[in-house]
Amino acid sequence: MGERLVELEVLRYHPETDKEPRFQRYSVSCREEWVVLDALNHIKEAIDPTLSYRWSCHMAVCGSCGMMIDGEPKLACKAFLRDYQSVIRVEPLAHFPIERDLVTVIDDFMAKLARVKPYLIPKDAKTVEEGEYRQTPAELKRFKQYTLCINCMLCYAACPEYGLIPKYIGPAAIALAHRYNQDSRDGGRDQRQEEIAATEGAWDCSFVGACSEVCPEHVDPAAAIQQVKIKSMVDWYTEHLMPWLKK
Amino acid sequence: MAEKVSGKPYVRPITSEWIFRHPRYLRYMVRELSCLFIGAYTLLMVWGLKQLADGPEAWRGFLECLQSPASVVFHVLALAFALYHSVTWFNLTPKALPLQLGEEFVPDGVIAGAHFAGWAAVSLAVLYFAGAF
Amino acid sequence: MARSNKPIVWAPFAAGGTLTAFLTPVLILITLLAELGHVPEALTYDALRGFAGHWLAKLALVAVVFLSLWSAAHRLRITLYDLGVRADSWVAAAVYSAAGLASVAAAVFLLRI
Repeated sequence: MGERLVELEVLRYHPETDKEPRFQRYSVSCREEWVVLDALNHIKEAIDPTLSYRWSCHMAVCGSCGMMIDGEPKLACKAFLRDYQSVIRVEPLAHFPIERDLVTVIDDFMAKLARVKPYLIPKDAKTVEEGEYRQTPAELKRFKQYTLCINCMLCYAACPEYGLIPKYIGPAAIALAHRYNQDSRDGGRDQRQEEIAATEGAWDCSFVGACSEVCPEHVDPAAAIQQVKIKSMVDWYTEHLMPWLKK
Repeated sequence: MAEKVSGKPYVRPITSEWIFRHPRYLRYMVRELSCLFIGAYTLLMVWGLKQLADGPEAWRGFLECLQSPASVVFHVLALAFALYHSVTWFNLTPKALPLQLGEEFVPDGVIAGAHFAGWAAVSLAVLYFAGAF
Repeated sequence: MARSNKPIVWAPFAAGGTLTAFLTPVLILITLLAELGHVPEALTYDALRGFAGHWLAKLALVAVVFLSLWSAAHRLRITLYDLGVRADSWVAAAVYSAAGLASVAAAVFLLRI
């Protein structure tokens, strides 16, 4: 494996001194098999220690290193240099405020995740002595893919509706709610509906589908959102046209 | 929770140029804009109903108007956009209505394929009963 | 967060989107055939009036018109928002009213047949 000269055009922003972000270009001698994260690490170690960015596992499971690479939301540890031209533009994840350089303010995302009550609210609560909650493979398969989310926020960066409507609860939050709603052990769907059946819940989605396209874990949040819309619609009409029906 | 942020986070402004950021957003816009053609065609249909109600002369005049070059161009475009709407709609249907049979989910292609087959059947039936062949 | 009343407008959108996906292309094709000189039997005055005279056909036509226009209206509303038009309530009122009025007009015309 050989070496390759790559130019990284990185968005910088130091709130103490900068009024606005600006681009800074780094010339990096890279190994051919490197990912963008390797190039960033090399910059930080050998060229410019002031560059700030989040990363951790370097294997696409922690969700820390999401950023815009040539305008596309990607995990920096999964963006191979060989797939890009010799000048690569690196920016912080879109639709989030910039804290510093490539670090974004993710408070909005964290708050939205918490709002959907992302934990089991058992249908029939059991004490430990009563034994385990049992689940067939089919019941597991019903929600398994929605458990794969690594909270990387690429879907929020890809979603134009989140960009246009900051209050929109967003793909990952709805997919997470759906994960629990689809879990046979759970009985909390009604509570979660307060969040995901609100206007800023699933209804702000216009099924662009970009979220599912950029998701590195193939969670398919777009599918989750449409399913929530349909269930919420059925709920609404049942509630309003047949109020005598118990939920 | 996290410590207080710097206090001066930079918020990047949103413009309509997000549409051009990637081909998928353009494709989305084309899909959405199909509504203009489907809407316009349906309004034309309503106008046609009026002409039908007004009598044979009015109906003949309506058919003549339809045969103008501008009308033909519109309908060719409308057909293209309507087809795009159908194709995108049926391809997205399995996402909204997944079907789990036993342990496995019915593959997306099967659900979409069934819709395409139904679409072909409906279209052929309508063409037949309309006397198009 | 209160549960939204969006289902009121979304249900006819979903129904209309499905209907137009199945039906609109072939309808446009038939219209095109007529425009290019091969007027299908069903589009002749007598045949179409005969068809539209039946109350079931009238009902079906109004339903097709309404659902097609509603789903187009809903999509237009969303598209305008996507393109930066912020006055959503006004846009919604305008597009849904237009769809409703045109549907009523269709019904009125059909009642004259």
